[in-house]
Amino acid sequence: MNQNPTPSEQLDRLRQPAKESWHALQDSDVPVIYVGHATCGRAAGSQETIEGFEQALADKGIAAEIRTVGCLGHCYAEPLVIIHYPGFPPLMYQKIGAGEARVLVNSFLQAGEDPCFEYLLGALEPNEMFPTLMDYPRYLYEKRVIMAHCGRIDPENIDHYLALDGYQALAKALEQGGQWVVDEVKAAHLRGRGGAGFPAGIKWEIARHAEKQPKVVICNGDEGDPGAYMDRTLMESNPHQVLEGLAIAALAVGAERAILYIRAEYPLAVRTIQQAIYAAREKKLLGDHILGTDFSLDISIFQGSGAFVCGEETALIQSVEGHRGMPQYRPPYPAVEGLDGLPTVINNVKTLATVPAIISKGSDWFKTIGTEKTPGTAIFSVVGEVEYPGLVEVPMGVSLEHLIYEVCGGIKDGKPFKAVQIGGPSGGCLPESELGTAIDFDSLKQAGAMMGSGGMVVMNADACMVEVARYFVDFTQKESCGKCTFCRIGTRHLLAILEDFTKGVGSDDDLQELKSLSEGIIKGSLCSLGKTAPNPVLTTLKFFPDEYLAHIHEQRCPAMMCRALTAFYIDLEACARGCDACVACCPTEAIFTTSNRKKAIDQEKCVKCGECVYACPPEYDAVRRVSPPGMIPDQGIKPLVETKEEQ
Amino acid sequence: MSDRCDHDQEIDLEEQQILAAIEAALPAMPTDRHQLIPLLQHIQGTHGYLPLGGIALVARHLKMAASKVYGVATFYNQFRFNPPGRHPLKVCLGTACHVKGGEIILENFSRRLGIAEGETTKDREYSLERVACVGCCALAPVVMVGEKTESYVTPSKVEGIITEIEIQNEIAERAKEKHEPESDTQ
Ligand SMILES: Cc1cc2nc3c(=O)[nH]c(=O)nc-3n(C[C@H](O)[C@H](O)[C@H](O)COP(=O)(O)O)c2cc1C
Ligand code: SF4
Ligand code: SF4
Ligand code: SF4
Ligand code: FES
Repeated sequence: MNQNPTPSEQLDRLRQPAKESWHALQDSDVPVIYVGHATCGRAAGSQETIEGFEQALADKGIAAEIRTVGCLGHCYAEPLVIIHYPGFPPLMYQKIGAGEARVLVNSFLQAGEDPCFEYLLGALEPNEMFPTLMDYPRYLYEKRVIMAHCGRIDPENIDHYLALDGYQALAKALEQGGQWVVDEVKAAHLRGRGGAGFPAGIKWEIARHAEKQPKVVICNGDEGDPGAYMDRTLMESNPHQVLEGLAIAALAVGAERAILYIRAEYPLAVRTIQQAIYAAREKKLLGDHILGTDFSLDISIFQGSGAFVCGEETALIQSVEGHRGMPQYRPPYPAVEGLDGLPTVINNVKTLATVPAIISKGSDWFKTIGTEKTPGTAIFSVVGEVEYPGLVEVPMGVSLEHLIYEVCGGIKDGKPFKAVQIGGPSGGCLPESELGTAIDFDSLKQAGAMMGSGGMVVMNADACMVEVARYFVDFTQKESCGKCTFCRIGTRHLLAILEDFTKGVGSDDDLQELKSLSEGIIKGSLCSLGKTAPNPVLTTLKFFPDEYLAHIHEQRCPAMMCRALTAFYIDLEACARGCDACVACCPTEAIFTTSNRKKAIDQEKCVKCGECVYACPPEYDAVRRVSPPGMIPDQGIKPLVETKEEQ
Repeated sequence: MSDRCDHDQEIDLEEQQILAAIEAALPAMPTDRHQLIPLLQHIQGTHGYLPLGGIALVARHLKMAASKVYGVATFYNQFRFNPPGRHPLKVCLGTACHVKGGEIILENFSRRLGIAEGETTKDREYSLERVACVGCCALAPVVMVGEKTESYVTPSKVEGIITEIEIQNEIAERAKEKHEPESDTQ
């Protein structure tokens, strides 16, 4: 009697040693130092931080373990370090460079005395001594489903994921079967997080019942939206969660082949996922006969090559087939006829990463989070002028105001809020009056913005709405695949008009033209790239009409961002004699000495980079910015003529 | 057009060698059309760019028209058709970086190096490119210097980045000089 073990029993065998090693790490008698080492951490210098710790530990002869982890989402605080010193709760520290690492080793790790409050962000567990992160307003609103383990586990160590119940959902799915999975995901009403919000369960069902064999599932990790990086963070910080979701999707659809399409600009994500695939294959969690069943999955990576439109599902398929990435007419939808004519399910990274939690905890649990129409959480990358930029995960339905002010700390330096751009090039710019809008697919769309991929840029009075619209149209115009005339040529016209506006050239007729062109582009485009390209223009026109009028009627840029419409000068009253800080910083040597030994700017040479504004010491604060340029007052400036005697 | 300098000749010579290497490597590669983009990526990954002659070789290998391969290669922003500099500089002009003045950073590099975006300096030391979001928006504006990401870049930091590369070069140069006489005497 040799009964085959069930997938859960198989998994338990893998989990036993994983749990032991995880617990050994948690209860280690030597301090454990976790360093955030995803792309954002590395950009902030986490490599130097690690070396700093190694060096300082070696110098003092202290035994400690250094582990690299992914990203917690607190990107403003990078390099981010968590220290678990026996007897203390795990403590999270911000902005730890090599120097701070040494201080931490000397004052804290050496004797467990001074835990360096000056760098402390908070403790990760409730305790009596330290403020905890849960005390921050951020945690009142945040709810981590997808990013639950990001930044806490070593992405290169499959045991960490296994110890935290990883691959349990896959085992359960294998036992319950594909149809059950489809029903559960349908019941959970999981909507695709790639932008359109199409119910994942329905997509899976269509492909499951499609006749053609074999079937294919693709994880869309193209993330081309310039300002969103949550998919990258997920792949870098918890690759197995994405892989597990992908394997469950394959099981549900009945696919034998899975592809991860990852953007070329994300080399670390590619490496991390590749390594994770090897590790999972070795443990029979992927590959042939997964967990001893007859379900096999061939899984591979396809690297994108830097074309934004390839995020669109039909264009993505074209590019995997080796063609130019041009969107195709639908129907047939890929779920019926996709890659090589085979039924193909394409889902976003976040959609797939949500699946394991739904399968483990059930659709009823999932529906307790978020709103009725859109259960679950949304991840946003909130950047720009907020105090704490980074990745946040909130339940659907939280308002923009709460997200910006409570979770992200409000506007930097207490300046007033002006606009928030949501959803990338296909989204829109919302003003203060719309901050009450709830975050979910339908409410955002109603307000004129879009969930898109979850990119959110918060802007203060220094951002010019005309320029922002120009920027996005410039982006879509460059990325248009060229198939539809309206998208190809129409966006170019839009861009030309907006470029003129930023130079103060334009008329009321041009404003009219902007609107009618926009409507034409929306109607005459095949894919959403074209259909949504005018959104940034239309929303800024709607909410900030005065700003357009100031540009074309007064040649004035109210935000003083458009360079053709602004100028810099030095206020001679405020300028300190001979401080010279501005001279050294000017890249074009535009600053000269006046006859009374103060400084002035040669307008011919000045390229309006704004460096001198920051270089001038705050106690003088002598550099002024004006718009239109004609506003520079006449200060009777004469250049200094050096004479022999003076030398 | 006639004054082709030493650098151009150097590139020609190098390109011949690259083409020979591609030709030697191709027979071991798959001939399936689906492999076109991975194949081009592989060549660029190995040699830093796609020489036009290489495109013809790939076309022959996959039994496709060279114009088709060229059409695919030019569609994607990732592929480049001239050699990159030893220190490729990529200035991020994604939304967050744009709002924080990425354009001005790009201009500063361009002015400092005397090359436009998409070009390589004559001595092949630097090449300058724009990229769309490298995924560190919270640290904007961002510049990639080779594999390294520089965050919170200001126009005055541009000078610092170049100077640092120059210093590194000089150190490497000195180390080489010190080393060479020794190896000569052995
Ligand atoms: C121009 C364009 C770009 C897109 N880029 C992405 C992308 O980067 N990532 C993504 O997941 N979906 C992207 N999409 C949406 C995909 O076409 C598709 O709807 C999505 O991958 C489906 O996954 P989901 O149902 O899980 O959301 C894009 C769509 C368009 C029109
Ligand atoms: S709308 Fe634009 S990007 Fe989309 S298929 Fe048409 S031309 Fe291509
Ligand atoms: S704005 Fe820039 S270019 Fe103009 S004077 Fe100041 S530093 Fe020089
Ligand atoms: S830095 Fe400011 S105070 Fe100093 S010389 Fe320049 S303008 Fe005057
Ligand atoms: S916009 Fe520059 S890193 Fe994202």
